[in-house]
Amino acid sequence: MSSLRDLAVIAVAVWGLMPGKAAAQTFGYGRAATPAEIAAWDIDVRPDGTGLPPGGSTAKMGEDLYIVRCASCHGDFGQGEGRWPPLAGGKDNLTDDRPVKTVGSYWPYAPVLFDYIRRTMPFGAGLSLSDDQAYALTAYVLFLNDLVGEDAVIDRATLHKIEMPNRGNFNRVDGQEPDVTGIHCMTSCRAGPVRIHSDASKR
Amino acid sequence: MTGRDNDRRKFLKLGAAAAGGAMLPGASRGTEADGTPEWTRRMGKGVGSAPYGAPSKFESDVVRRAVPWLTASPESSVSFTPLHALHGIITPNGLAFERHHAGYPDIDPDRHRLMIHGMVDRNLVFTMDDIVRFPSESRIYFVECVANGGMEWRGAQMNGVQFTHGMIMCAEWTGVRLSTLLSEVGVKPGARWILAEGADNAIMNRSVPIEKAFDDALVVYAQNGEMLRPEQGYPLRLLVPGYEGNMNIKWLRRLELGDRPWFTREETARYTDLLPDGKARQFSWLHDAKSVITFPCPERGLKDKGRYEISGLAWTGRGRIDRVDVSADGGVNWRRARLTPPVLSKCLTRFNIDWTWDGGPALLQSRAVDETGYVQPSMAQLRAARGVNSVYHNNSIQTWRVAPSGKAFNVQLT
Repeated sequence: MSSLRDLAVIAVAVWGLMPGKAAAQTFGYGRAATPAEIAAWDIDVRPDGTGLPPGGSTAKMGEDLYIVRCASCHGDFGQGEGRWPPLAGGKDNLTDDRPVKTVGSYWPYAPVLFDYIRRTMPFGAGLSLSDDQAYALTAYVLFLNDLVGEDAVIDRATLHKIEMPNRGNFNRVDGQEPDVTGIHCMTSCRAGPVRIHSDASKR
Repeated sequence: MTGRDNDRRKFLKLGAAAAGGAMLPGASRGTEADGTPEWTRRMGKGVGSAPYGAPSKFESDVVRRAVPWLTASPESSVSFTPLHALHGIITPNGLAFERHHAGYPDIDPDRHRLMIHGMVDRNLVFTMDDIVRFPSESRIYFVECVANGGMEWRGAQMNGVQFTHGMIMCAEWTGVRLSTLLSEVGVKPGARWILAEGADNAIMNRSVPIEKAFDDALVVYAQNGEMLRPEQGYPLRLLVPGYEGNMNIKWLRRLELGDRPWFTREETARYTDLLPDGKARQFSWLHDAKSVITFPCPERGLKDKGRYEISGLAWTGRGRIDRVDVSADGGVNWRRARLTPPVLSKCLTRFNIDWTWDGGPALLQSRAVDETGYVQPSMAQLRAARGVNSVYHNNSIQTWRVAPSGKAFNVQLT
């Protein structure tokens, strides 16, 4: 390569680094993702069921699998063992003093339950379940919450149609205005006497 | 004869005396008896004794700590930053709090890939070599777990600032702007959201609004000058400044562009804030202004009455801290504290104020105001609005009760 041509290449390279008002530049780094790569990683399932795979199962078919793979943490009836999260119960208790947030009492979308089970359950063995197994466990957890019958077929056509009791109780705030703000005051700021509400050293 | 030659002759004479075994009278300096410590009397360690340095053995108490009863397993758990032992605003990498949902992997960077796909012109896969080749940026931001303070909703519980406020870190992050990567793949019209997903066994996924992606979000590979630690997402994590920690996806492997949020488990069943009426706040991403006094605190009390410098940290997800006020009487009267530069956006800000302790009981509080005019609320205000079951976003004013003994305790006021 001639030295003149080298200079031209350098000139183009330097010019390319200069900031400009032109449309966003691209660098040409990276390579095209293959369809197989996208299929392997694009595992998310949306509330409307988009992304659900073929296959399907029932709670009845999921029971044995649940007992073997899930019950040691989540309990035989989904009640939760120790500090592990309960999956069932807590019906209509979200306004109680000690609400139990479960799939039945809190989760708004059934397809997202499938997504979560398939991606990361059983704990520490994410992605180990077949799609049919994930459907079976989804069905079983919904069954534990009285949301489907034991023979109901759960698949890509039916899962998003299951009515989750708490579906309508989420208010989007999208990081906008704060809901609570303090009071800016510098002197004599409390009307009544200062009283201790609680003391960590006296628990 | 020059002075130097004279010194040389003295040295030779001394050497001859020592070689003969005779000690000069009055030469016994540098002994234990005269108070010279052993580190002054002896040779120290050579370079390379610790190829990657470590803190002094006398700082061995300054470590991340966990609360054993809090979680079911250490793999899905949290450890807390020892805020009481830190200075300035930067969290050392080995002390930055941890939050994992399925343990943390140690990923081979040569095998790590980031895929960006969905509503884009080009579905692309990047290696780490590709990522670090893009124009880089370094910014100092805090990252706070949105459950920081979550154990305090029903009343003062954890007697230590490490546990009431330690799910926060502040670091200089280096990486590439997310907007740069999005330009590289070409975002299609109509794309409004980005799903970010990790490569650990939790395969954590969160939806991020595209406005944030084009504002100040980074895809980072370095923290405080070195590559990310495995606990912090090595080799690649998302950084969404000022937003709840859970959205800063670690071990980032995938970004998918879409027209709607995904409503993943982590933004429906978790990380939503249950209110007393049974409704839940959703996508409450932003950290509102918050502050805490880190000295004195339950871990570091006072010794004698007299003058002290109260010190603490303030931060807000909405920009810069404007001012911090400090009260010693439980919020009746306040004085404005000094903000120690730098005061940066979405970054910890160190504040200090002189205080003379008279030896009597005191109730210390700090209250942050951010550049939007937002004022940090009291715990009573937060409880009145949100009840005690919302878990997340506790940014209330912290109270330390200082007893006549000089010890400090975590309390809440009515």
